[in-house]
Amino acid sequence: MEESPILNKKQNDNEYVRQVAQQQYAFGFTTDVETEVIPKGLSEDVVRLISRKKGEPEWLLEFRLKAYRHWLTMTAPTWAHLRMPEIDYQDISYYADPTAKAKKKDGKPEDIDPELMKTFDKLGIPLEERLALSGTAVDAVMDSVSVKTTFREKLSEKGIIFCSMSEAVREHPDLVRQYLGTVVTYRDNYFAALNSAVFSDGSFVFIPKGVRCPMELSTYFRINARETGQFERTLIVADDDAYVSYLEGCTAPMRDENQLHAAIVEIVVMNRAEVKYSTVQNWYPGDAQGKGGVLNLVTKRGDLRGEGSKLSWTQVETGSAITWKYPSCILRGNNAQAEFYSVAVTNNYQQADTGTKMIHIGKNTKSTIISKGISAGKSENSYRGLVKVSKAADNARNYTSCDSLLLGNQCGAHTFPYMDVQNPTAVIEHEATTSKISEDQLFYCQQRGIATEDAVGLIVNGYAKDVINKLPMEFAVEATKLLSVTLEGTVG
Amino acid sequence: MLEIKNLHATINGKEILKGINLTVRDGEVHALMGQNGAGKSTLSNVIVGHPAYEVTQGDILFNGKSILSMKPEERACEGIFLSFQQPVEIPGVSMVNFMRAAVNAKRKYQGLPDMSAGDFLKVMREKRKLVELNSKLANRSVNEGFSGGEKKRNEIFQMAMLEPTLSILDETDSGLDVDALRIVAEGFNTLRNEQTSALVITHYQRLLDYLKPDIVHVLIDGRILKTGTPDLALEIENRGFDWIREEAGL
Repeated sequence: MEESPILNKKQNDNEYVRQVAQQQYAFGFTTDVETEVIPKGLSEDVVRLISRKKGEPEWLLEFRLKAYRHWLTMTAPTWAHLRMPEIDYQDISYYADPTAKAKKKDGKPEDIDPELMKTFDKLGIPLEERLALSGTAVDAVMDSVSVKTTFREKLSEKGIIFCSMSEAVREHPDLVRQYLGTVVTYRDNYFAALNSAVFSDGSFVFIPKGVRCPMELSTYFRINARETGQFERTLIVADDDAYVSYLEGCTAPMRDENQLHAAIVEIVVMNRAEVKYSTVQNWYPGDAQGKGGVLNLVTKRGDLRGEGSKLSWTQVETGSAITWKYPSCILRGNNAQAEFYSVAVTNNYQQADTGTKMIHIGKNTKSTIISKGISAGKSENSYRGLVKVSKAADNARNYTSCDSLLLGNQCGAHTFPYMDVQNPTAVIEHEATTSKISEDQLFYCQQRGIATEDAVGLIVNGYAKDVINKLPMEFAVEATKLLSVTLEGTVG
Repeated sequence: MLEIKNLHATINGKEILKGINLTVRDGEVHALMGQNGAGKSTLSNVIVGHPAYEVTQGDILFNGKSILSMKPEERACEGIFLSFQQPVEIPGVSMVNFMRAAVNAKRKYQGLPDMSAGDFLKVMREKRKLVELNSKLANRSVNEGFSGGEKKRNEIFQMAMLEPTLSILDETDSGLDVDALRIVAEGFNTLRNEQTSALVITHYQRLLDYLKPDIVHVLIDGRILKTGTPDLALEIENRGFDWIREEAGL
């Protein structure tokens, strides 16, 4: 087997390249906080230990154990267009708690270590409500634990539940039990089974009937501890006629070794309810030589159970050494509408295999897929998408547009569209383009006084704007900056 | 303003410019004429620093400074503008964003703060009128779906926005009908003053009727073989280029 550049530890630490990489990734710092980390390794005992630490009820432990036992029977998928490094699951710690010290002192979770507050401040995510971005409530998760969730009281006045998954299990066990694992079962795939066995924290959102959530809800995920995996689990339920817009952001320090991130997001959308889910994914991508970086192996799925329900996924993927992620929609209710907007950028040795699945089951269901891949350096960027129209799905419609933009001639862009149409009334459209930023375009910009890197930023942001425009304002600004930074030094 | 001394330049190892000498003073408009392949576009590309060309000998001074080691964007910010023969399309980048990036890049180079969005739009509105470009332009992508005439008018519009001191017009008249030519030429003339100069590359007298150059040069086989008054252009219109060749003993 060919040796993966990501694993090649023999490579020189070229100091200059390191510096450049460090300049480019602004979130690579570590937080010096006493973190309780359980010993490395995975076994039934470890699964029990995690469940015990979180004080979980018996049914949840059973759920975990069933998932773990099923995972043991599975093998990692190899169908993606990725050169995945071998992951040693016994060499990872499955639980790291940076809040443990504070808890020991007086047991109150409100006492947040100032170092943690500082970390989130530095990331631009203030945890004090008076400093918060206007109209955004945040659940801040570091390693395996939710540090703080803001604006909980204000939201609860409307009956909205927004808290960490651990708290949800304690305070709303019936709701969690009703929905957990119903969209993504532990049998779904290898990484979903692993997550179901060892998941730690994540966010839980419940919007009751007829309520429009007055704020943007967001979760910020941060990996800090060394040689740990992050296995977050998010569950969002929008009851009849409810509405919520949810944002997810993520960063990690620069580490020479790969860090595993295997998450699950489940979304349930009831009658006429609407959920918008936006992600700006900026995990550490590894250095310019392909060393280190987060392995981002994520299962995200929405179940549009209700009549006329709506779900849209918007993702801007700039980080991670490897991205394996297909936010999907099951259009079960009649007249359900689903959208997937994606910009995936890869540079250096990054690899992305990402796309979506649109499963049409209900009648008159409609889905839209807009995917923009941008590849630079020696990276590989693939779109993989399935459009399935089942027998009962009369008048299903899908429009898919996949564009690839190449910078340089050592990168790869690939498109793997799958279609499975079992109903003759379906209308499916698919468009795809591949383009390059030409020397002529860059020179034209330069002649007008615009330096090459700014020109690349201008062109890439222009190319991606159909997707960026779908993001809430603050995220759109951040995403625009990220695109330029990720592609710095790719041309000229 | 511009001083070109014994300039030799190659592309892919082939010598195109074989010793150009040319001086353009403040306020002057020079016309550069010659047949296809004589090196006219090469000369304009070399002045603005196109990376495909290599200068093998000689120098280009702009306001007394050699610009050969400057990047294209630096030359642009110093005040050199090229109206491209075939302006490239940049899908997805709106004219307004493109122009704003360009104007602010130049201001940054000059140590000035960014222009406010309000001021910028106001300036853009004024300058647009010069070349009769309609207001939809601002939201369209750079040159995308523009007709040939619109592209050329758009070049002169950009020139108006960037206020260069030296403008190079590379066959700006090609592909223009009579009306479009008049609009472009009048727009250009409005921008002319005693501090700005231009080098106008053309095959035809038609554009020069409007622009009224001070001096006319004839470029043949990578050298300027003849320099004269505007009458020279008229003579070429009547007699072609061969007599100049013969005169030079080629």
